[in-house]
Formats: sequence, structure tokens, C-alpha cells
Amino acid sequence: MSSPYLRRRITNALAMVLSTLATLVGLAFLAWILWETLRQGISALDLKLFTKITAYGEDGGLANAMVGSLIINFIGIAIATPIGVLAGTWLAEYADRTKLGESIRFLNDILLSAPSIVMGLFVYTIIVLPTTVLTHGSTTFSGFAGGVALALIALPVIVRTTDEMLRLVPSTLREAALSLGVPQWKLTLQILIRAARSGIITGVLLALARISGETAPLLFTAFGNNYMAINPIEKMSSLPQIIYQYANDPGDSMHALAWAGAFVITMFVLLLSLASRLILSRTKVSHD
Amino acid sequence: MPVNQAALPTDILEQRSHRDARHERLFRWLLKGCALIVLAALLGAAGATLWGGREAFSTFGWHFLVSSAWDPGNDVYGALVPVYGTIATSFIALLIAVPVSFGIAVYLSEVAPAWLRTPVASAIELLAGIPSIIYGMWGLFVFAPFFANHIKPWLTSNLGNKPDDGKLSWVAEHVPFVGKLFGSDYPFGASILVAGIVLAIMIIPFISSVMREVFQTVPTRLKESAYALGSSTWEVSWDIVLPYTRSAVIGGVFLGLGRALGETMAVTFVLGNAMQLSASLLDPGTSIASTIANQFSEASGLQKSSLMALAFLLFVVTFIVLLIARLMLRQLARKEGH
Repeated sequence: MSSPYLRRRITNALAMVLSTLATLVGLAFLAWILWETLRQGISALDLKLFTKITAYGEDGGLANAMVGSLIINFIGIAIATPIGVLAGTWLAEYADRTKLGESIRFLNDILLSAPSIVMGLFVYTIIVLPTTVLTHGSTTFSGFAGGVALALIALPVIVRTTDEMLRLVPSTLREAALSLGVPQWKLTLQILIRAARSGIITGVLLALARISGETAPLLFTAFGNNYMAINPIEKMSSLPQIIYQYANDPGDSMHALAWAGAFVITMFVLLLSLASRLILSRTKVSHD
Repeated sequence: MPVNQAALPTDILEQRSHRDARHERLFRWLLKGCALIVLAALLGAAGATLWGGREAFSTFGWHFLVSSAWDPGNDVYGALVPVYGTIATSFIALLIAVPVSFGIAVYLSEVAPAWLRTPVASAIELLAGIPSIIYGMWGLFVFAPFFANHIKPWLTSNLGNKPDDGKLSWVAEHVPFVGKLFGSDYPFGASILVAGIVLAIMIIPFISSVMREVFQTVPTRLKESAYALGSSTWEVSWDIVLPYTRSAVIGGVFLGLGRALGETMAVTFVLGNAMQLSASLLDPGTSIASTIANQFSEASGLQKSSLMALAFLLFVVTFIVLLIARLMLRQLARKEGH
């Protein structure tokens, strides 16, 4: 065998081994992280997690944090969904190939990975500071502010999926409706959005998965609360914020509670991404 | 009267078309308004942090960027230490994540048997969906202790300038800088290097999925021609696929860099949060995002303003990095004719 040929074969074999190794390393870390979360999380699971609030410290649970997370996430999604769907519709149906449309689509992609802690500080400036001044300090941080911060993070996800899903709707559908004299707003709301419904729902689920683990933007908006808060103008606790607080605590039993919270969030996020995948795969079948 | 009877439906029709036009205009404005909120969010975030940081910028001026002071006692603040931590951790993350992601993308597009590709790719993408706070917790409770017990002793005794037994290794004595980079007498795992590693694990799925996607846009004909001329799999990947997708690959790397720069939770847990400038990668440090997360709630006055100014710097830098990323990614899309 000639030596250049041999060298090429050795290089190739080495590269193949290294690329397989890289994949194995990636999968190994995935398995390691999931395994630790499952192991430590399940061993800390307890009924009191769901029934007791964090005010009891290590004897308490996470009930107020779970309720807070649900409320804050709900506010975030409730704000981001209509705005995001309408904005995505504008990009796909009204502003496709216009300069402003292209720039907003481009900036939306940037907002998608913008640092979430800066979004938290933005909402702190536009909501927390004004409410503090207006109410003379009786309302400062609030669950609502946390919801707005999360809405800003969910928004670009929903805009992007709506935009992409609407552009997949065949244009014959638009032409058929327009030829019957249907006005464009009616066509958009009653036909196109309905046709792209499952894709848009997937986008909303992905956005929910994205915001349910967000911690940084909640630190200076919803802040945290050791007692049960239902009213969104009060300070509100959330699972990620409690995990952050408890993991930094020196006590071991606090760490167990933090792992339990981490387990709950991870399961929730994994289920959401599984659900969105299922919805997407089912629509592909129905289009055939 | 036949004329009137005929006129009535025309009236209604005209009324209706006027109404439709009005609704149409309203609807357009509503949609456009919603789309402009995206723009407002970006401008607002930049504006709010700039406004919040105006006191720090006007007090310290350009000196804010190069000063390593962070002294709440004397009310003197500078951005150098957190900026250094942010850049160092992100750089380490890229150094690890780029080759590993390239390997994963090559494996998934050229090496793996077809039946294995989708499940492995989905598993890697699953890694991207895990919230960053979980990475942080895993880093704090699992990886940092593992690193301190198993990896750090080897690094300090074989590469560092402060080995436990006091005997300098050959590398530390003869290779410049390496000794300083790995010398440390700090006993815990949390450090710039560990934060970089945790960040790398976090951004690997982002970079590798972008790379895999763009590798799939390479025309099969091009690859098959190279294979027909006797190229090996590696030569096709390195000499055909990579040059064809170069700009998008760089875009994917910058996308990962943008994530790494702005990440808060995964880093805060494993960085040790020490306001110090140390040449050693094994010493604790801090980053912009983790400084803000740790101090903002208790800060007031000039300190709060300095934290806002830090956030402004972070936002501007990540914006530029992400802008480059998206522009690079768009080049390939244009080549594809989308």
C-alpha cells in the first residue's frame, strides 16, 4: 500500500472515531444530567411538596412556588399568544418580502436568543419601578410583572412558528377564498389560522416549555414570596426561583427540595416537547 | 318603483364593501402594531438599560469599561472583572463546543447508519430543551465536586504553577502562560473553567443542530461526485461539505456564542462569584449576567446603575454577535434560493 493512501485511510479512520466519540460524549452528558435529576428528584418526592408552602423551610413543600409558576406562566402565555400569532400573521400574510417585514422577521430571530436577564431588567424598569412610584411602595414586585417578562421571552417563539406555519399553507386555499369575495381579514382569521392551527399550537407549547424553566427574568420582577399568593399584583414565588434560592442554601434538606423542584420542571418540559412533537407528526399525516 | 328596488341591493353592497375596507384597514393596523411590539421589545430593552445605567456612565465615563474595581463600600465600580469572566467562559465554551458539535454533525450526516440518525438527533435536541437552571444545579452539585476531586488535582500538579507538593512540572516550567492558567490554591470546583465546560454542554445541541441542518442542504450530487473520485468520508466532510456551508457554520457558532454570553443560571451556580481578576482558569470569577443576578436585588444608587450599565453592555454585545450569526446563516439560505 502506498504511503499517501495509507495516511488518508488513517486520517479518515481517526476522524470517524472522533466524530462517533463526540456524539457519544454528547449523549453521555445528556444521560448524566437526566439521570442525576431523576435520581435526586425522585428520592426527594413527597406529598408535602404539593401541600405545604415554602414558609416552613426544610419541613415545607413547594406548593406556593408551583401555583406561582402556573399563574406566571399562564399570564406570560396569555399575553404572548395573541400578540405573537397576530405578529406572525402579519409577517407571513401582509409583509412578506417587504423591507419592514423582513427586518422585523430578522430582529425577531435576534430577540429569540437575547439574554433573558436583560429582558427581566427591562420589565423591572417599565413595570416594577412605575408601580412602586404610583402606589407609593405598596405594590413593587408582582406576579404580573413576572408574567410580562416571560411573555417577552415567549413572544419571538410564537411569532416565528406562526410565520413559518402560515407560509406552509398552500396558496390555492387563499385564492379559492379570495375568489369567493371573502375579505382578507376574514380569510386570515377564519381560514388560514385555522388551517395552520396545530402548528401554531405547537409553537405555543414550545414557548411554554421555554419559559417554564426561565429563572433570570423572574428574579427582579416576580421576586419571590414564601407564602401562597394568588393575586398577580403581589410578589409571587415560582419553581425556578425557589430552586435558585434553595440550591444556594448551605442546608442539605434544602438541596433535596431544590432537586424535587428541578425534577418537576424537567418532567414538565420534556412532556411539553413530547406533546408538541406528537401534534406536529399527526398534522403531517393528516396533510397527506 | 322598480328603480328603487334595484338601487337597494347596490346600496347594501356598497355599504358592505365600505365596511369590509374599514375592517381590513383596522385589521392591518392591529397586525402591524403587534409586529412592531417585537421591535419595541428590542429597542426598549436597550433603552431601559441605557437609561438605568446613565448615572454609572456619566460618573465613570469610559473608565467604567477598563476599571477592575467593584467596591460598594467606596461606591466605585468598573466592568472589567465581569466582562473578563463573560468572555473567558464563553471562549472556553466555544473551544470545547465547536469541535464536538462538528463531530456530532458529521456523525449524524455522514457516518451514522440511517436508522440511528433520527433518534440520536432527537436525543441531542432534547438536551437543548432542558432549562438552564437544571444545568446549573447539575454543575453545582454533581460536576463541580467531580471536577474538584478528579480533574483539578491532575491539572494543578501537571500543568499549574502552584502544585500541591511544591514541585513544578516540566510544562509549568518551560511553556509560557500554561502554569499561570492552571495554577490555583482554591480548594473548590467552581471556577471559570467549570463554568466554560457547563456552558459548552449547554450550547453543543444548538451549534450541532444548526450544523446538521446546513450540512443537509449540501447537494447530494456534489458529495457523490467527490465519493466517486475516491474521497474518503472525512475528505468529503472537510473539503466539500464544510466549504459549501462555511458561512452558515460560522453563523451557528455565533448563535452558540450569543447564547453563552447571555446565559445566567447555568453560569451563576458554577462560577464561584468572586469579584477578582485572576489569570488562573481554576480560580472563581464572575460574569456580567451572574453579577446582575447576585447583586441587583440588594443594590441601590450607583451600584444599581452600574449593574444596569453592565446589562446594557451585555445586550449590545450579544445583539452584535447574534446579528452576525443571522447574517451568516442567511447567506446560505440565499444560496439555496429561499
